[in-house]
Amino acid sequence: MSDQAHANPTGWRRWLLSTNHKDIGTMYLIFAIFAGLVGGAFSGLMRGELMEPGINYLTMFTNGDVEAAKHFFNVLISGHGLIMVFFMVMPALIGGFGNWFVPIMIGAPDMAFPRMNNISFWLLPAAIGLLILSTMVEGATYPGVGAGWTIYAPLSTSGHTGPAVDLAIFSLHLAGASSIMGAINFICTIFNMRAPGMTLHKMPLFVWSILVTVFLLLLSLPVLAGAITMLLTDRNFGTHFFDAAGGGDPLLYQHLFWFFGHPEVYVLILPGFGLVSHIISTFSGKPIFGYLGMAYAMVAIGVVGFIVWAHHMYTVGMDVDTKAYFVAATMVIAVPTGIKIFSWLATMWGGSIRFETPMLFALGMIFLFTIGGVTGVVLANSGIDTAMHDTYYVVAHFHYTMSMGALFSIFAGWYYWIGKMSGKPYPQFVSKLHFWLTFIGVNVIFFPQHFLGLAGMPRRIPDYPDAYSLWNYVSTVGYMIAGVGTLVFLVGVFMTLRSKERVGDNQWGESATTLEWTLSSPPPFHQFNELPRIK
Amino acid sequence: MTAQTVTQKESNFKTLMVLLVILAFMVGLVSISVPLYRLFCQATGYGGTTQKADASDGTILARDITVRFNSDVNNHLPWNFKPVQRSVTLKIGEEALIFYKAVNNSSETITGTATFNVTPFKAAQYFNKIDCFCFTEQTLAPGEEVDMPVSFFIDPDMAKDIRLDEVKEITLSYTFFRAELDDEE
Repeated sequence: MSDQAHANPTGWRRWLLSTNHKDIGTMYLIFAIFAGLVGGAFSGLMRGELMEPGINYLTMFTNGDVEAAKHFFNVLISGHGLIMVFFMVMPALIGGFGNWFVPIMIGAPDMAFPRMNNISFWLLPAAIGLLILSTMVEGATYPGVGAGWTIYAPLSTSGHTGPAVDLAIFSLHLAGASSIMGAINFICTIFNMRAPGMTLHKMPLFVWSILVTVFLLLLSLPVLAGAITMLLTDRNFGTHFFDAAGGGDPLLYQHLFWFFGHPEVYVLILPGFGLVSHIISTFSGKPIFGYLGMAYAMVAIGVVGFIVWAHHMYTVGMDVDTKAYFVAATMVIAVPTGIKIFSWLATMWGGSIRFETPMLFALGMIFLFTIGGVTGVVLANSGIDTAMHDTYYVVAHFHYTMSMGALFSIFAGWYYWIGKMSGKPYPQFVSKLHFWLTFIGVNVIFFPQHFLGLAGMPRRIPDYPDAYSLWNYVSTVGYMIAGVGTLVFLVGVFMTLRSKERVGDNQWGESATTLEWTLSSPPPFHQFNELPRIK
Repeated sequence: MTAQTVTQKESNFKTLMVLLVILAFMVGLVSISVPLYRLFCQATGYGGTTQKADASDGTILARDITVRFNSDVNNHLPWNFKPVQRSVTLKIGEEALIFYKAVNNSSETITGTATFNVTPFKAAQYFNKIDCFCFTEQTLAPGEEVDMPVSFFIDPDMAKDIRLDEVKEITLSYTFFRAELDDEE
């Protein structure tokens, strides 16, 4: 019956013209893996260059021109940041897992606006295409954008006279439009399409986390769009928004950017919080501890996240009262975050814990995110930050939260749901090897960067004095370990998809209680012909 | 497959409208961010933004304040720009008239414009300029040398603000830029 009511398109039409939330989610995940490999390769080039003092390897890409190699390093760091934020973490967590499981978890047949969902996804390849194009045209003397992912004026205006920055700005416009449409779609879906009985306070925590996340996107992305549009007119149409010579103020750009940028970092981690809650609960054999506290802690993080932005700008010359406010407000965020960490621990307390691969990644995420959170509280102090600003200590801090917090939750979600999404089991040994290589690798990369930062090594610089060489060497060795881990992950993906085995409806047993486990694996093309009733 | 019912479409549409209003509000906010920012700086003296006044109200307190003068020139502007006096000491509320000297070292007529602030930032709220060369653009012929006046006074309300009790010195700083930087390139 249902198959006649709705078409099951095949071939290229199924993907290019897709309006199915599961197919779109799959495309987002594939896109994120691809972008993650590119962004990861960029960091490989960076770590290779930083393995030893001097400009050693990057000159291979620039015909021996040292100045061009230095600019190429700047292009790499900028590209790495933009790709990982906009084209890896966000598409994986929000577009991928969000599209796949938010409708299923609330008992909805699909997203509220399936066609808008399609355009949300297909804007992303265009966006990353523009970013790739920007590396081929002139930036500052040499090709590409070397202004960092923050593209601060005046480096991005009078410092980059070529058209590369314009292309990067257009790329961000498209990625932003894609995310805003996605955000609107999720909010409408979650508010209007919940199955009978699925009240807001019964909603799974992953859905809560996506709801908070997309609200942050909806409120913050227009500010980014405005800021980069002003950048664009400053560059091309003679305005002086950020140019002191014309009565503008470069600091305004930083305020606007971080008004977007700080909520953005919670956008990257909140879906991971939601995901980890499910995984910890499932593999502890217990419901999540403090469900309402967990949900409202995320809301609190989202709200407070909007009023702490200037802690990225302690060194611009703010007066002491302003700094005092931003220090206090920033530290307040540790409270709801602490509620989450301790509730996860309390969920595991006394549970019968199974160390399946998703659980390993979830535990790794909690452990590593906590380290990143602790260094975050250190950096929140404006006095300490004055010394630590733009050093590797900051790099270590945000990679512990992002590159480990967000990435580990993505992998946790991948192994938790790949059986559901594909109907096939992931390989046990290979997936655990992937976990241990990644866990050891990223720690060896980033823990020594705390020492480098405390010793004063500035970030975004391709060369350094010999005094920093030991820990840089260790850090690059860590990258190699994590790089092997990534290859093992790809082997695992290949083995999963080739597997002849099949998993049942509920791979994880009765402690996996959300609605996706009531469906077949993989779920039918159109699910919930009859809406489930939640008691 | 239950297609979306009519009521569901209606409620989706309503939610969509609300979200579009939120979106429009944020877009509106960012598009007036420049005047908002300026207003905020002026009202709070944020970043050392000085105040404008027509004249002091005549109240003069016994407390002395030293005002020091600083000058910078952007490297696109071939001018010499120096304060004539390093500093003046005056009573709070007393009006002062000081001069900066600017010389155009180049062989062309150039228009410049100056940005300014005072430190400590918290003193900016009480630093009133009556007249200043920085209010308008300045044009200098080749080799021309001019004295540029600033008249100002310190608001007597400063004495009431305990945060400023330790302030004995205020630095007034100017940076001269070339106006219309684009034309020259």
